[in-house]
Amino acid sequence: MKKSLLACLVASAAALPAAAQDSITIPNIIELSGAGATVGNNWKNGSSLAVEEINAAGGILGKKIVLEFVDTGSDPGKARAAIQRALDRKPVAIFGPIYSGSVSATLKLTADAEVPQIIGGEAANLTAQGSKYIFRTSFGQNVSMPKIANYLRDEVKAKSVAIVYVNNDFGRGGRNAIMKELESRGIKAAADLSTESGQADFAADVIKVKGSGADAVFVYLNEEESARFLVEAKKQGLDKPLIGETTLLGQKVIDLAGAAANGVRGHVGLTVDAPIPAIQNFGKKFEARFKYKPDHNGVKGYIAPYMVKAAAEKAGKLDGKAIAAALHGLTITPDKVPGILIEATWDATGEIDRISFLAEVRDGKQVITKVLPKLKQ
Amino acid sequence: MADFLQLLIAGLATGAIYALAAIGFTLLWQTSQTINFAQGEFVMLPAFFALVAMHWFGLPFWLSALIAIGCAVILLGLVFKLVIVDPLIRQGVLPLVISTIAVGLLLKDGAKEAYSAEAHRFPSIFPDRLVDVLGVKISLAQLGVLAVALAAIAALQWFLAATSTGRQMQATAQNPGVARILGVRVERMVMLTFVLNAALAAVASLLISPIYLVKFSNGETLGLAAFVAAIVGGFNQVRGAIAGGLLVGVIDNLAGAYSGLIGVSSSYRQAVPLALLVLVILFRPQGLLGRREERSV
Amino acid sequence: MRSGLAWAAVAVAVLALALAPLGLGRYDVYILTLWLVTAVAALGVNLIVGYAGQETLAQAAFLGIGAYTSALLAKAGVPFGLAFFAAGGISFAIGLAIGFPALRVQKHYLAFVTLAFSVFVWLVIRNEEWLTGGVMGLKDIERPSLFGASLRPHRLFFWFVLAIAAALTFAMWWLVRSPWGRAFTALRENPVRAESLGVNVRRYTLLAFAIGSAYGGFAGALYAPLVEFIDPAPFALGPSLLFLLMVVVGGSGSFAGPFVGAAVAVLLPEWLRFAESYYLLIYAALVILMMAFCPTGLVGLAGRLWSLRRRPARMAEDEGARALGEAKP
Repeated sequence: MKKSLLACLVASAAALPAAAQDSITIPNIIELSGAGATVGNNWKNGSSLAVEEINAAGGILGKKIVLEFVDTGSDPGKARAAIQRALDRKPVAIFGPIYSGSVSATLKLTADAEVPQIIGGEAANLTAQGSKYIFRTSFGQNVSMPKIANYLRDEVKAKSVAIVYVNNDFGRGGRNAIMKELESRGIKAAADLSTESGQADFAADVIKVKGSGADAVFVYLNEEESARFLVEAKKQGLDKPLIGETTLLGQKVIDLAGAAANGVRGHVGLTVDAPIPAIQNFGKKFEARFKYKPDHNGVKGYIAPYMVKAAAEKAGKLDGKAIAAALHGLTITPDKVPGILIEATWDATGEIDRISFLAEVRDGKQVITKVLPKLKQ
Repeated sequence: MADFLQLLIAGLATGAIYALAAIGFTLLWQTSQTINFAQGEFVMLPAFFALVAMHWFGLPFWLSALIAIGCAVILLGLVFKLVIVDPLIRQGVLPLVISTIAVGLLLKDGAKEAYSAEAHRFPSIFPDRLVDVLGVKISLAQLGVLAVALAAIAALQWFLAATSTGRQMQATAQNPGVARILGVRVERMVMLTFVLNAALAAVASLLISPIYLVKFSNGETLGLAAFVAAIVGGFNQVRGAIAGGLLVGVIDNLAGAYSGLIGVSSSYRQAVPLALLVLVILFRPQGLLGRREERSV
Repeated sequence: MRSGLAWAAVAVAVLALALAPLGLGRYDVYILTLWLVTAVAALGVNLIVGYAGQETLAQAAFLGIGAYTSALLAKAGVPFGLAFFAAGGISFAIGLAIGFPALRVQKHYLAFVTLAFSVFVWLVIRNEEWLTGGVMGLKDIERPSLFGASLRPHRLFFWFVLAIAAALTFAMWWLVRSPWGRAFTALRENPVRAESLGVNVRRYTLLAFAIGSAYGGFAGALYAPLVEFIDPAPFALGPSLLFLLMVVVGGSGSFAGPFVGAAVAVLLPEWLRFAESYYLLIYAALVILMMAFCPTGLVGLAGRLWSLRRRPARMAEDEGARALGEAKP
């Protein structure tokens, strides 16, 4: 891992003089350390894997791709500086950041520079700010939260829900979005619990959830905190359905929480356990290469280079502005671009649309129970 | 009421772990005026030693746990004393304090680079079962943590009070000059406190890691809690650190559950132990159980 | 003669800095500006640590107070000048308010109180969403204009920050050399004697802490328009610890120390990009080595090497005079 990064840096340095001829560099400004380390490393490995494949098949429009990885330390200020630095060299695209706060702090920069920014951020407001250069790789909370609310109403049949969220850009945004959706469906929020990023002790939170008398618990935390919450919930014998959105059913949480993750249910925007051969294949390739099972951020990182490839080939040139224009309204299908894994469409704001899944964790494995169709067929 | 009892036990269990870390903190302060800002990292690291033993060398858990304690005693006790504290104390307290901040950084980033930036599972010594005590569901794991931590504290108290070495250590802590005149081998006693501190930190690490998961950044929370516990309880008293640790653990849990009752949002939960710290500094700077310290400048 | 030489050196340094952005890209100028802003905050830490012999673990919190004050005032349409002084003034007042009770008790307690304060400030910034934007931060902070011209271009803003940093540095220089400032030195050398000579130790220490904190506020007022975005992360406890370390690495108690320390903290990671993730490790090890072998920091080290070459005989004397604040517990 370390070596490959070093090799990559050396390669990019060595390639600089010749860069104009036969390769293009795409900077990844992502969370390689700090609170977002899991997320960032999944993305990094996913995008590296895709680029190796693309390069082996001749690159994009005849040019090889070189990825450059810059750590934001999960800090928006650093992300901003890193994007500024990357933009000085006028790349055709920028990948990342994944944390919504960091995306929010940087999207104006890429819009001003007219460089497409392929992000991992899921906050509802990112695509609502008028940038023509921002593209999601997964559902925004504006898309996923209505699905969760429907699930709570129709499948779980909950009349009241306790919400446990992590007080950072990710959790706070999700909490605001789900609150709105629950209210419009007449579901009561029995508890509204803010927790800390990096919080270790969830005893008090679980007790509050138990005391709230809610029919179900919506858990919206980052990976580690999700695992700690599940472990504590099991320890205290919390017997209400635990409902989550993508993260809670992710592989990392299952690995960390062990048996405590069994029985967790919810909506998954992207998963390597989807009943789709292309995705399962990707999961196997990833695991063979990096010795662990990727989560949805691995998939997000993996499709990003393929988005650039499809858009650049449609536009016929490797130019940021043209790539962005080509991506708007573009539907990429796996029969033309296998690396996209599932058919996906980007609208004029950069929002992504594709099928998603209802799932639950059984015996330490994520099991898909239902496939939800695309919003617009 | 059942909730309250459950919170109390959860609070005591984490509090007992804070106490283990806080005791070492006060021991170092007493014997060598070291404020160890790396104390949290001292609790974070031993779990990594155990993980390395298990996953890199394939050793069983019990052996790995022993190795973790051994490595901690050597690296965080002996080496820390000889390589960091001894050369730096000669430069004064401020350079030493600042160096411990740097040691904390070094251990934190070292663990991240050498092992990984992600969180890892850690096996629990205790079974993952619930028992019913007077209608309150209590986890065996929690009771086990509490029992082991309290046993370690009791053993330490006994050692300090009832053995000759322990009494020599106390004499060294109270007044090294007089202790030396009385024939105490002060240097050895000081070294012993560093070893004890490392061992206590390692025990705390093994107890807390199944709950907190093993992560390089765990020291931040743990260090702060131990720090607050030590000051609140009394910086110069072992029993102060114990009381402080338990108090901080319980207050943190109660604040998490009941802060709404006094009109404070749970998003300010972290502020509650710190408010306690500030109140103690304002009204009882020697700590709840501490004694006044008369030191020349 | 010596002071004439020193002035000339300062003039050359300022001129070189003023010309530096001409040959640099946008990002490099950004980093250079960030270095100046960091150095201003570090100047404050140096006054507290190097001159008054206290430990502050809240400089990043004061940076945050300054940044949010100036950003919110700027968004409300208040001119930058006013916002700038408000940022410093509020930090000064808060410094007095928390320093007063903390310094009542024994040594190190200022460190404990500032540590708690640091976490409080972070929580308030994070939780009071209606005011600070919470975790999503404040976006699109306007850079100020001067004489009707916007300072948005990176070079103009650099020169603007350079001018302010120079003025603040001069003010600090004047402060530590005024009779009032000499009391600090007396305090540092021997508190007991200083007290017996009629120096009110507590009042001087308190003022040093408040002024040092005000420098954190001033730096924050420059930080917000520089980054054009602020969120709670850079104002947490961790960055406060780094401020303390950087001053010590540079050379606490020496006037150039904060600039050197800020350079090590801000510029060096950029040059050492290949070392990437090992940077903090190297940095931490450097701090420990520095403390063990040369507690006067990089500036002290340079001074030592210099006198070693020039006047070997006077070396010991120099070293003694530069020794760090409180050598004994």
